[in-house]
Amino acid sequence: MKTELSPRAKVALYGLMCVLLIPFVFPTWWMITSSVKPISDIFAFPPDLWPRRFDWLTYQRVFELQPFGRQYWNSAYIAAIVTVGTMVVSSMAGYAFARIKFPFSNALFMVVLLGLLIPSEVTIVPLFQMFLGWNMINTHWPLILVPIFGAPSVFATFVMRQFFISLPGELEEAARVDGLGRFKIFWTIALPLAKPALGAVAIFTFLHSWNLYLEPIVFLSSTHMFTLPQALTQFTDAYGGAMWNIQLAAATMTAIPVLLVFIVAQKQFVEGLAHTGLKG
Amino acid sequence: MSQPIDTKRKPAFWTMHRRDAAAGYLFIAPQLLGIITFVLIPLGLVFYYSLHEWNVLANTFTFVGDANYQLLLRDPNLPQVLWASAVFSAGLVVLNMSLALLLAVLLDQKLKGIVVFRTLFFSPVVVSLVAWTIVWSFLLQANGGINGMLAMIGIEGPNWLRLPSTAMVSVVVVQVLKNVGLNMILFLAALQGVPKELYEAARVDGAGRFKQFRRITLPMISPTILLTSIITIVGSLQVFAQIAILTKGGPGVSTTVLVYYLYQQAFQFNFFGYGSTLSILLFLIVAVLTFIQWQMRKRIVFYEN
Repeated sequence: MKTELSPRAKVALYGLMCVLLIPFVFPTWWMITSSVKPISDIFAFPPDLWPRRFDWLTYQRVFELQPFGRQYWNSAYIAAIVTVGTMVVSSMAGYAFARIKFPFSNALFMVVLLGLLIPSEVTIVPLFQMFLGWNMINTHWPLILVPIFGAPSVFATFVMRQFFISLPGELEEAARVDGLGRFKIFWTIALPLAKPALGAVAIFTFLHSWNLYLEPIVFLSSTHMFTLPQALTQFTDAYGGAMWNIQLAAATMTAIPVLLVFIVAQKQFVEGLAHTGLKG
Repeated sequence: MSQPIDTKRKPAFWTMHRRDAAAGYLFIAPQLLGIITFVLIPLGLVFYYSLHEWNVLANTFTFVGDANYQLLLRDPNLPQVLWASAVFSAGLVVLNMSLALLLAVLLDQKLKGIVVFRTLFFSPVVVSLVAWTIVWSFLLQANGGINGMLAMIGIEGPNWLRLPSTAMVSVVVVQVLKNVGLNMILFLAALQGVPKELYEAARVDGAGRFKQFRRITLPMISPTILLTSIITIVGSLQVFAQIAILTKGGPGVSTTVLVYYLYQQAFQFNFFGYGSTLSILLFLIVAVLTFIQWQMRKRIVFYEN
């Protein structure tokens, strides 16, 4: 349907898209601008699209009310470990299921796929009890181990398998004739070719870990162990009311880095994610 | 080959096949052990727990048979919880899929600056979920930004998140706006994979744009539609943070979806036995939905080959 549009149709289309964009773009704009307004201006009427006065102290208070730097570090290092770990686990499993013939491989693949069928919320009660038994409650272990090895990485394994299936077999045959072992073939031939799929896996694994909410509030109890999503909701006054300017400043600091990376690398982001759905 | 061949040597144990099998098991071991430890064993445990009454304070754990399942049938909240889950999922899936398809078709046009529009429509996907939800709870307050803007055109907006009639709609809309970009991108990729010759042939036959869309586009992208609908429905059943932050399940239990109810029962009221029973219910619902969609795949979805 890519015929040339008439100029009038183009104007109409631009207009329609601009109107549709408002609810997608406005909240982020509102979050950033409100985070630098003094609390008294936050509910001003009519609403200010640009701050009348700036109050940068809000950003300082975020770090005074909670160990926000520490919480930032918690989220960042957990997401980094989970992303790298998932890339390793899922590329190895995906490669084996796609390219190595071994007994029961299909049956074992079905077992692994069960991880896609069973939402992690179903198993949250026993997981809590298991980690309690291993003295790992209020540590970051559950947030690292379960995503890398458990259900969340199954989708990544599936994506990697679909990718490795589509690779031509001749490359490997040549390597085998040269006497390369399986691990060498995987590491030096298959994996470098799998960069697009690995990129997609890295993106959605990172976003998944960065956004995790139920698991941290179940597994973590002390403020300095909190991750960002959990910490954001804790900026409340003595009556449990939200301290809006501070919540919004903390939310802005949580959202901006990923948003900036996305703007710089948006092509890879979009193509990477589209890639995961294409051959589903 | 410089060594003389030892004809008396036994056949090597490590044949290529065995070597391959060993490598295969080694490669899948981390994932397989992870699934056993963190999915299959917990699934067995959750069923086991559901047959017990578990009093954390008194530290007792007693077998009660199907008592928790009886409780499930009599739970006065459960019909409303299931209804809320169904309304949320249905609303989310319908809105998400249709908006994603509309946006994908719009963004598939040849226009200058279209990449900028794609980027902006996609941007909420990368804003962290809790940050996005917090901004919306700020916007949707009685004196928040949405009502502020409505007031400028003379409309007095309601307290969106505190009214039974608007709370669920608000939660659905907030969630659709957050994630519709993902489905939009998947649809866009599918649209761009439809062979252009088909449209040309249809135009020669005199088919209009709408007919082309219905007869060519929709069937050609049906595998993607099915895949995204499965992902979206299962995802909609897992929604938790949005509810916890926007409405805490209220007003009443009007936005208490199953996962939120299960969290409340297990981790706020310490009813681990009953919480486990609710987990089994969630598992069954997901399993049945996945099965139905898998069956539909055979009937509805058009495959080129």
